[in-house]
This record gives sequence, structure tokens and C-alpha cells, in this order.
Amino acid sequence: MSSLHEIPGLLDKPVALEKILDEIPSGIVILDKNLRIRYMNRAISALTGYSPDEARTISCHNILRSRVCIKSCPAAQMTENTEPICKQSDLINRDRQKIPVRITLAPLREESGSLIGYMETVEDIRSIQQRGTEMQRAFGYSKMIGKSQGMDKVFRMLPLIAQNESSVLVTGETGTGKDLAAEAIHESSGRAKGPFIKINCGALPETLLESELFGHQKGAFTGAVENKPGRFRLAHNGTLYLTEIGDLPLSLQVKLLTFLDDKIVYPLGSTRGHEVNVRIIAGTHRDLEDMVRQGNFRKDLLFRLNVVRVHLPPLRERGDDIRLLMDHFLNIFTTEFGKKIKGFENDAVMLLKNYSYPGNVRELRNITEYAVNVCQAELIGLSDLPAYLVETGEQAGSQTLEPAPARSRAPGLQHSSSSISETWPETEKKMIIDALVRTGGRRSKAAAILGWARSTLWRKIKQYNIE
Amino acid sequence: MPKKILIPLYGREVAPRFDLAAEAVIVQVDETSRDRREKLVVLPQVSAEKLCHMILTEAIDTLVCGGIEEEYYQYLTWKRITVYDDVIGQWENALNRLLRGELQSGDIITASPEVNTDA
Repeated sequence: MSSLHEIPGLLDKPVALEKILDEIPSGIVILDKNLRIRYMNRAISALTGYSPDEARTISCHNILRSRVCIKSCPAAQMTENTEPICKQSDLINRDRQKIPVRITLAPLREESGSLIGYMETVEDIRSIQQRGTEMQRAFGYSKMIGKSQGMDKVFRMLPLIAQNESSVLVTGETGTGKDLAAEAIHESSGRAKGPFIKINCGALPETLLESELFGHQKGAFTGAVENKPGRFRLAHNGTLYLTEIGDLPLSLQVKLLTFLDDKIVYPLGSTRGHEVNVRIIAGTHRDLEDMVRQGNFRKDLLFRLNVVRVHLPPLRERGDDIRLLMDHFLNIFTTEFGKKIKGFENDAVMLLKNYSYPGNVRELRNITEYAVNVCQAELIGLSDLPAYLVETGEQAGSQTLEPAPARSRAPGLQHSSSSISETWPETEKKMIIDALVRTGGRRSKAAAILGWARSTLWRKIKQYNIE
Repeated sequence: MPKKILIPLYGREVAPRFDLAAEAVIVQVDETSRDRREKLVVLPQVSAEKLCHMILTEAIDTLVCGGIEEEYYQYLTWKRITVYDDVIGQWENALNRLLRGELQSGDIITASPEVNTDA
């Protein structure tokens, strides 16, 4: 293949572009306007089995032989303002191997803006796909672990969700692992090599959030001294995770809705839109349906985000997962802090297993971290646990350590009769009776009011001898 | 001996991928290659398995195709079908080259349509 132009000014002496491109580990193909190959680097030559000389002037679909070239050529989808298009596909090389690849097609334009060709980047993603299967380890997925029925359902759903492009809504109480779930979806999707951009919708004031999300044009407002691309454009060909979507102001909800419809971002102060390819994952601990009823969240936005919904159960409903997580975090922190702690004493286990964890997994992690820090012995005892746990445990009665106080009131339960002098078991018993009275004895409904699983309610009814 | 040849198509070209071909041409030629009958088949489904099945049911002797997975290549050669794979170019040119006995796997036929000198 004839040598390409040399680039002056980059190093002390001019260096051939061909030499630089050959050292890039991803496959690079330069195509003319008619999608005929003008140049390909060493990596793509190794991947396809065709030498650059053989491939020159041949149509790209005959050399790359990727599914996407044949079924929906990305170049045909390019419009004037299109940003690079990225697709996951597979190709069959000369060794008759089918190889999964990620193809990015970027238009090449001359200064006047007219199209003169394309640059195609081809990445071999066999190692990523292999990692995807490694992510499905025993009792967990990615960085999440658990073996309860609720979590097992989630772990089975995540890899399936990752394989498509639909918007995802991750719900669950604080500390249940919404961020980890979003990251796991991104990591095992075809966008894994693309960016994963996270933004907290509740962390910034409305005006700042708009510019942060959608970007702004230089001079759009006082202080906008230069163009800013915004998170949507930064997440191009990747995933944008909008955490605390329930805190997104109504005006921005409209803008997000428009984006979800046409996938075009209009930066503040700009009339020119940018087409971006972003997968949206939204997370919230709020009840969005309730917010819709109250008029604080747009119904149409909820419908668009709620294409695929993942609900992460609270830790108190995850049964044996508490013990599994305790040991998991103990391993992490003993290694990190270089301590020789072997486990937990029985009374500490009892207390931790029966605590209600309003802060969920995050709270359990913090409790374990605290205990590992404080513990001087080989086993973590009650004295090594945070004081608030032990104090409430004593309140609960010295014979039985369960149940510890639920620090968050179950949603929908109006319970005002408890006085400060009442012990937790008394208060809990009253709450159960109250809920059963309100539902006419229907246990499933009572459990829903209390925010528990039916089995938890059944166990507690038995424990308190409620007839 | 008369020959029955199948070429998966992508427009007028030999399909770059055997497993993604949506149509194929079946060519029947006599011993002298002078009498040639062509039949265009639109496949109901894009599938390597279905195409393999059709090759067997139609009693094809020779397959000319682009990229093909090892699994299907081995299966077809085991079924005594001669496979010329990695062929790039217009299908008529590939066929003419085959009938002249000059086609090889991996051939890139870029010239303008070749004239069938035997015809």
C-alpha cells in the first residue's frame, strides 16, 4: 500500500501517519466516500486476515464482513450533523472465525464541511464478552452479591437488560445498590468500552444542572466563557446514569423527555442540535408513581424511563444475604486494614441479623468497617458494634435481641400512638395489629402497608402471638 | 458430469457472509458448461443452517461463497460439497472463473465483468 503523508511538527522530525496508525492496537480503516478501502492498519489486517494491499479499493463490506455492514450499513445512516456511530457486531475472518467486534464509524470532512470519507475503528471485544461471563459469579453479579430470591431475580435480569438499548429505571431504597446495578448493566453491555457518566440530579441547582447535562454555548449566560459539551455529549456511545431522577426539576424533565424522543441535544444558547447515541439509566429511591399523582413528576417521562424496571429489595427482606454480606465485608476490611479477625460472636450475629437496616447494604458495610476498626480480638463482639445498635438492642430486651428498631417508618402507615416509654417490640406489635385491623385481617395487604414481605409479617405474628 | 453450483448473493456480488445471505443463485451446467440454467432463490430466512439444508436438498456439488464459519465449512466438505470460500466479486465473474477451472478460495475478482469464453 502506498505510504501516507508524513506529519510535520509532531516530533522533531516528520513522522509517517502510516507508522503511527500501525502502532494503534485497534483496527483502523480509512474509507473513501464510496466506502472503498483506502488504508487499513496492521491491527485490522491481523483481525480480518487481508493484507492492506489486497484490501485496497475493495468495498469495506467484503473485507470486514461484519454483520452491521451487511444488515444496516452505519454510513447510510449518517446525516450532516451525525457524530460518530458506534455499533456492536461480529465479523467472519479468513480463518473462518466469527469474532465479536465493536465498530465506530466517524465521518471525515474537509474544512468546508463536505464529506470526503470515513474512518472506521474496529475493536475485538472477545475479552469483554469473556469478562461478561466472569461477572456472573456464584451468589452475585459484577460487584453485587446475594443469594436471596429477590436478588437472584435481579441477577438473572441484569445480563438480559444489558444486551439491549432500552432505558432502564432502577428503584430501591437508599443503600440497596442502585449505582452498582447501573454500572453492572453498562459493564456487561456493548457500550462497556464507552464512557459511563453519572450525574446526581439532586446535587445541583436547576440552572447549573441544565448546563451540566445539556452543555452550553460560549456567551449563553454570564460566565459562559467557553463552549461546554454537557454530560449527554460526553456519554456519546456510552451510558448516562441519572441518579436521583425524582429530584430532577420539572422544566428539565421536559428537556429530558424531548431528548428521549429524538436523541438530539440542544446546548443552552445554541440553535444547533447534536445527535448523540446514549443509553439512559435512571435511578431513584422515590416512589415516582406517587410523585406523578402529586404532580411533581411528569407522567410521560415516567412512561419513557420505565421501559425496563429493576427493583432492588431492601436488605431487611433479603434474609440470609445479611450473613453473606457481613462475611463479605469482613473479608474486605480485614484485608484492607491488615487485621486478623476471624468472624463474629454469636450475639453480634444475632443482633446484626435482626436489625432492620434503614440504610440497607451501605449501612451494613459501614457497621462492619467500624467493627473491624474497633475490634481488638479475633471475633467481633457486641462491644465492637456501633453504640446505636447495641443501645437499641438492649431496649429490645436482654433475653431476645430481636427485633431491632426500624428507624424508618413503613410507608403508608399512620402510627401515632407509640409513646417514648414503649419498648420496640410493643410498638411493633401495635403496628402489626393496626395494619391488620386496617386491612380487615388480610395479611398480604398488611405486609404491604408495613413494607415487609409476607413471610416477615407471618414470622412476627407468630413471635408476638397475635391471634 | 453435470454440475450444480450454489452462490449466495448480496446484490450482484457473491455474498460477503454465508450466514447473512438473503438470496442465492443455483446454476446447473452440463459437462461442456455450454448449457447453463440459472435459478434465483429468495431465502425465507437468513440462516446458515437453512442454507446448508437447502444445499443438501437441492443436491448442490459446488458452493462459491464469501466468509463462512469453520463449522459450516467442515460440515459441507464432509458432505462432499466442494467449497470455494472467501471469494470477492460479481457472482457472474466468479462463476465464469469456476467454469474455466480457474477459481480458487480467496480469489478477489475486481475486474469488469469477465466474458464467459466457454459459453
